[in-house]
Amino acid sequence: MTTLAATETHTVRVRLNGRAVEGRATPRMLLTDFLRHELHATGTHVGCEHGVCGACTIRIDGALARSCLAYAVQVDGATIETVESLAPERGRLSVLQTAFQRHHALQCGFCTAGILMSLDTLLGAEPDAGEDRIREVLAGHLCRCTGYQPIIRAALDAAARLREGDADA
Amino acid sequence: MKPAPFDYLRADDISAALSALHDAGEDARVLAGGQSLGAMLNMRLAKPSLLIDIMHIEALGAIREEKAALVIPACVTQEALLRRSDLHPLLAKALPWTGHVQTRARGTVCGSIAHADPSAELPLCLALLGGEVSIRSRRKRRTVQAADFFRGMMLTDLRPGEMIEAVRIPLARKNQRFAFTEIGRRHGDFAIVAVAAMREGDTLRLTVGGVNDTPAIREWATLDTADIPDALNDLAWSLDARDDLHATARYRRDLMRNLGRIVIEEVSS
Repeated sequence: MTTLAATETHTVRVRLNGRAVEGRATPRMLLTDFLRHELHATGTHVGCEHGVCGACTIRIDGALARSCLAYAVQVDGATIETVESLAPERGRLSVLQTAFQRHHALQCGFCTAGILMSLDTLLGAEPDAGEDRIREVLAGHLCRCTGYQPIIRAALDAAARLREGDADA
Repeated sequence: MKPAPFDYLRADDISAALSALHDAGEDARVLAGGQSLGAMLNMRLAKPSLLIDIMHIEALGAIREEKAALVIPACVTQEALLRRSDLHPLLAKALPWTGHVQTRARGTVCGSIAHADPSAELPLCLALLGGEVSIRSRRKRRTVQAADFFRGMMLTDLRPGEMIEAVRIPLARKNQRFAFTEIGRRHGDFAIVAVAAMREGDTLRLTVGGVNDTPAIREWATLDTADIPDALNDLAWSLDARDDLHATARYRRDLMRNLGRIVIEEVSS
């Protein structure tokens, strides 16, 4: 057990979207910056950098997290999933992502990466989630251009299709 | 929005964390879920030279029952508490208001208590239920009552070299009834006013958050229905409601009267 010095960079190893990867980070490096600048996974967006807007939401060891409220050194050894993990293969979107497209649930797309992670986690854990639960989870995100209604419609549509086992929706 | 540089130590056990905390003194901060401290660091409202990460200390990870109390150690997340099947009825009502799903997954119960935000739900619940905070330093352990632990806005009884090891919440008794409600701008945001109530026989106890620097506690041995409006009005004027960016003092008093009535009706029905 050693103290990692503030002024030096340290190796951080994570499992990112199923792949073992590593990068270098000083202790103060935010996980958002580590993902984007070190691991070049730029799908995760950086908004407020103090945990309010939700744009940087990812999964750490299966649980939702604001990646701006975590430092890279904290997640050494962890499993991380970002928005890049959602599409089942290149050129094909997930049921939820397709529903976002169908319902125009994004305009500028800045908040979308985080919202997709939250809703994907919700629908994975609670396939029967209704509008109330979707609204509750969405409350952890700020969207400044789409308006939330299309997002709720997309989530409800995706939930219904997932329940019907429609993997290619 | 990047924190000032800090050294980082991932502690394997509590004695290592306490030794490091002792050696670094006031310059060190304990890092658990980081959902309050992370924001403080990123905004440079806190600039510790060392962060001691306690989240890998297994001994601090499991909730247990002990002497008619729920003992919640320092690494238990708010989500883990919320998922408990026999959760205390007040916590079952208040925890869904604590942050968002996304922050509860990492934010800890003890971290919220240590942060001591005046409008946070968990300090309010701890104060209403007469909970205790178990504090530890390298050589000493001590226990502080919730009412004595919160000393001011984001100010607690913790001294340099000390950390919260656990909080203890008395288990609910059959003759007790509980209610909680709050008003905020968005579900999961900090409350403008939060109110929690407990009734046991004729005794009624109320705590108010978001108004004073620490949770305000009132208790009435008996309170007739006809006297409730006056009692709540007295309470609203006796607290230190102030105008700020989020609400006027007048609106806060209005919320205390209305939310107070709602929770009293709920525990009395």
